[in-house]
Amino acid sequence: MNNHDQERIAHLLKESLPPIGTRVGAELRRDLWPAMLKRLEAPPTAVPWFDWALLAAVAAWLVFFPGAIPVLLYHL
Amino acid sequence: MPVLEQPSDVLRQFCHGDLEAFEALFRRHQSEVYGWIVRIVRDPATAEDLTIETFWRIHRAHARFDPVRTFGPWVRRIATNAALDHLKTARYETDLPDDLASPPSPDPGISDELRRKTARAFHRLPPKLRVAATLALIEEQPYKEIAEALGISSGAVKLRVFRAVRFLRKELKRQGIEP
Repeated sequence: MNNHDQERIAHLLKESLPPIGTRVGAELRRDLWPAMLKRLEAPPTAVPWFDWALLAAVAAWLVFFPGAIPVLLYHL
Repeated sequence: MPVLEQPSDVLRQFCHGDLEAFEALFRRHQSEVYGWIVRIVRDPATAEDLTIETFWRIHRAHARFDPVRTFGPWVRRIATNAALDHLKTARYETDLPDDLASPPSPDPGISDELRRKTARAFHRLPPKLRVAATLALIEEQPYKEIAEALGISSGAVKLRVFRAVRFLRKELKRQGIEP
């Protein structure tokens, strides 16, 4: 693969997905501060109880069956 | 209310968690951050959401920012990471619109079918390669700037672009096109 290949692919890409600067929506059209303020004021999301229960179950499983750790790591 | 005019004062106050300083920085940089993100994700609504996500991350990390450093590159790095995280969690292959956007003066030698297949191949790129290809090949941003935004060397950016081009060539060949 050489520079010509890269230029050819770049040309194809620009023809298929024109640079965003040439399209509507390239410029921010509204002030996002009100939305930002809403995000800042939102209460932190609480972790559901079943997530804690699941975590406890996995921790207990690993304590009683440490041989399962490599299996768990393999599947992560 | 004190007037925040000096950028260094604003940054110092931002580091101490001052909301007014954060607002001043937000208003000063929101357009630039949006403009960068929309180049990566190519969707205005998503870019707006990710601009807010970026500033949310900035707000949470205020204590870690060193006011001696420049704010812009730090923000751009966080914005790029937010966009990259979005591409990783978004559907691997997004549905393509029926009518793809055409360039201002389209090349008559490239058919709509070829455009569609190229766009499809592009959407199959792994997110890290897609970001590098978008910024380098479509948006024609300087490699140095892309490297700073991604937190990698210019050489690593070139490698990602090379791998992206190789991936696209293979993908187009698979679709029966010799690029």
